[in-house]
Amino acid sequence: MTATAEQTTDPFAGEEVVLDVDGLVKHFPLKQGIVVKRQIGAVQAVDGVSFQLRRGETLGIVGESGCGKSTLAKLLMRLEEPDAGEVRFRGEDFLALDGEELRRMRRKIQIIFQDPYTSLNPRMSVGDIIGEPFTIHKDVVPKKGIRNRVKELLDVVGLNPDHINRYPHQFSGGQRQRIGIARGLALNPDVIICDEPVSALDVSVQAQVMNLLEDLQDEFGLSYIFIAHDLSVVRHISDRIAVMYLGKLAELGTEHEIYGGPAHPYTQALLSAVPVPDPTLRGKREQIVLKGDPPNPANPPSGCRFRTRCWKATDYCAEVAPELTVRPGISQAAACHYAETNEDVAAMD
Amino acid sequence: MTELNKVDASATVTNEPAKKTEDASLWADAWRSLRRNPWFITSAVLLLILITMALFPQLFTDQDPRHCPLDRSRQEPSAEHWFGTDIQGCDYYSRVIYGARNSIAIGLIVAFSCLGIAIVMGLVAGYFRGWVDAVLGRLTDLVFAIPYILGALVFLNVIETRGVREVAFVLVIFGWPTMTRLMRGSVLSVTGQEYVLAAKALGAKNINIMRRHILPNALGPVVGYTAIYTGIVIGAEATLTFLGVGLQLPAISWGIQLNQAQGYITQLPHLLVFPMIFVGLTVFSFMIMGEALRDAIDPKSKKR
Amino acid sequence: MTTTPLLEVKDLHVEFRTKSGVAQAINGLNFSLNAGETLAILGESGSGKSVTAQTIMGILDMPPGHIAGGQILYRGEDILTMNETKRRKLRGVNISMIFQDALSALNPVLPVGWQIAEMFRVHRGMKRGPAKKKAIELMQRVGIPGAEGRVGDYPHQFSGGMRQRIMIAIAIALDPDVLIADEPTTALDVTVQAQVMRLLKELQVENNMGLILITHDLGVVADVADKIAVMYAGRVMEAADVYEIYAKPAHPYTKGLLESIPRIDAEGDRLSAIPGLPPSLTDMPSGCPFNPRCPYATDLCVSDRPELLPAAEGHYSACHYREDVYQGTIEPRQEAQA
Repeated sequence: MTATAEQTTDPFAGEEVVLDVDGLVKHFPLKQGIVVKRQIGAVQAVDGVSFQLRRGETLGIVGESGCGKSTLAKLLMRLEEPDAGEVRFRGEDFLALDGEELRRMRRKIQIIFQDPYTSLNPRMSVGDIIGEPFTIHKDVVPKKGIRNRVKELLDVVGLNPDHINRYPHQFSGGQRQRIGIARGLALNPDVIICDEPVSALDVSVQAQVMNLLEDLQDEFGLSYIFIAHDLSVVRHISDRIAVMYLGKLAELGTEHEIYGGPAHPYTQALLSAVPVPDPTLRGKREQIVLKGDPPNPANPPSGCRFRTRCWKATDYCAEVAPELTVRPGISQAAACHYAETNEDVAAMD
Repeated sequence: MTELNKVDASATVTNEPAKKTEDASLWADAWRSLRRNPWFITSAVLLLILITMALFPQLFTDQDPRHCPLDRSRQEPSAEHWFGTDIQGCDYYSRVIYGARNSIAIGLIVAFSCLGIAIVMGLVAGYFRGWVDAVLGRLTDLVFAIPYILGALVFLNVIETRGVREVAFVLVIFGWPTMTRLMRGSVLSVTGQEYVLAAKALGAKNINIMRRHILPNALGPVVGYTAIYTGIVIGAEATLTFLGVGLQLPAISWGIQLNQAQGYITQLPHLLVFPMIFVGLTVFSFMIMGEALRDAIDPKSKKR
Repeated sequence: MTTTPLLEVKDLHVEFRTKSGVAQAINGLNFSLNAGETLAILGESGSGKSVTAQTIMGILDMPPGHIAGGQILYRGEDILTMNETKRRKLRGVNISMIFQDALSALNPVLPVGWQIAEMFRVHRGMKRGPAKKKAIELMQRVGIPGAEGRVGDYPHQFSGGMRQRIMIAIAIALDPDVLIADEPTTALDVTVQAQVMRLLKELQVENNMGLILITHDLGVVADVADKIAVMYAGRVMEAADVYEIYAKPAHPYTKGLLESIPRIDAEGDRLSAIPGLPPSLTDMPSGCPFNPRCPYATDLCVSDRPELLPAAEGHYSACHYREDVYQGTIEPRQEAQA
């Protein structure tokens, strides 16, 4: 297969690019000292991340804790300012916007948070929480229409519109997550960034929320960036998947490519480690158990960041950091000098 | 396991029990737990009496505290003069009653001024962080480093005429840092919550985020502390006046009464005992009220 | 069974008495565990799975917790009626536990080696020197690289996976018969999770321990458990051999759970979610606790609480229609879904 083959397997290849992220970098300085602070290093939370998101598509971002995926979400929302790189929303430079223009643009990109308990203000009624977007952007809905619009939104996310005067503590975790989704939907965004939206929920409720997210995508033509650590959840909802390790993308491809023939050793290890809810497969799946823990992001290894845990690593890996590109014989982009699809660990039937 | 033979259909129709809509606003929420707290009721009743005393002392006594015929000086408590009379022959009961006004006035003025300063400075420092926080933080540390009573003592010593305004002013100057620190910490923890991020992501203006999201959620601990602090200030005022650097004659105040009584502890103990009881009771009531408020408003302290 | 099980829980009832009412956290729980066996207790939050662990360990907060009835038999002896001294000896020595959050379970101001060695000093009366040596041995056994050099390090100097290993070291220090693991890998990353589960399994085989694995993760359970007890609203809904449950669930709740989770080895169709929410423990529905969410529920399910009875040999289910669900010969009732 060659690079052109990729386009045939990706149903969204022809769609408009809504979000174009190029070389995004965010380092958090580490400071020491009580009175005079001096910088002693930097946590390289996000270090050169590039991808494109197309209309109606879901891009899953997976990675373990500390890989920078949540920082990435904040950068895309401009809740943190990146040190370098570009984010273009429908061709417009999102990072250059300021003041009123930025506020207007914020309508188009919204976020859903992980924790349904801290993401809703406990002192505000549901009506005020979901209505807040309209009080900020007054031109969207006339003041008198806000209440009705909020009720419509409650209905859309599957909550009882009569509960508009209730407070967050009167709802369960899953219902609260629906309230958060309604708030995110209020301004008719094009892109919603879902930062671990189901990881705090119970198994039987997770499915309800994931189904809702899928229904809303179909109904409103939304594009999602779906950030999660649960590979099964990401696989279920995503069209394309980016695997992140220590602030960099390790592999980027369609759901089929990544789960069917992972090419980066890290992706392979990650997939093989996920337990499958089927006892008959016990002992039959090849499992790659990685040595050790992820390195400290303040002091990442030279060259390829995964080399300290990689069984394929050579001296070359320590010298030259591999680029995220499509390599011969593989259809997806992988950041490994020795990328090679491994179907033995593929998570396919 | 017991067999249930009754068919109880109503319990299974819905899994959302029809709870009555409870208002979760700061005060409604607090009130629900306060009205069940016996300590709160006790302190509220006491404070109501004391504040009425401060506002309308004539309701409690028809004697004029400034009518002091020397011929009835140094009397023991009696049916006519419940608390006896002082050295000048003034009715001591009415003097103690009239003393409430200055003490409570100073307590409330100082506590609420500090609350105002704390809210503004705490919000700005905790929300914006960065250099604003650093500057305000150093300033707070600077003032905080001066012992409260000592600082007030030195300052008040150089002021010639000291009324309620002067004493309150000096107490505010040295009193605001504690509450500001408390407020900043509370703002800081609220600012990290995701609903604040959500509001930022929606494009809300800073001032609105502070007003709608930060303030209602950060106010709890400081409100409770304001009441406790009122008690502390009343105690501090009495102490300073007792030491001779607070209010001055001809003002009527518990501190002055204590100051004058110190020479007659053995002969006329009632001169010391009665104002002392009132100072103690007032400080106690404010403190209990403060703790009750803090527990009711701040869910974190409630969980204990 | 002819032999006495290692641990047996019989008709256990635990309540939480709070101002807002009595919450029935556990309502008649039964299970048994043999040596060398792994029992998974599977359940969502509020199902009572963690309360079960705390009750067995005797670390339940009382009040508000209250054991309203039942027995917990360790080698045939009821530990609920034991005196405190005897019980304390049992805890940590014969039955020990590892927690989800290793960082808060370890004392932050003491070196990890000291905390492991403490087990030998307190329970075995060892001197400092030999106890420390045993601690290093244990650290090596749970796979902490450079154990000798790290014995004096503090918990915060270790990564999440390493901390969990240290907690496992403390738990297995005195060769317990029963190890209770409460969500041992939930806080860990996938790659580390695999390492820790593998270690637990190895240690279990080596020491012939009975392992109670408390989790909500259907994947982890499928990988390591021998038997499963599925809990819902404080009751065991279904109990059977692991292969049985995944292949032929005999309770609609288990069936619903298995169908609702996305699987890594399957492309995504729409998930069939279980509607509604778990019941409030203070306001339990009559009859079967799952009936408001169950697609097969009938009037019988509302009026009568089903007992945990066999649907097939060794396969227990607390459902009136256990055989039909087991055989897959039951159709969802339309009116029940509406």
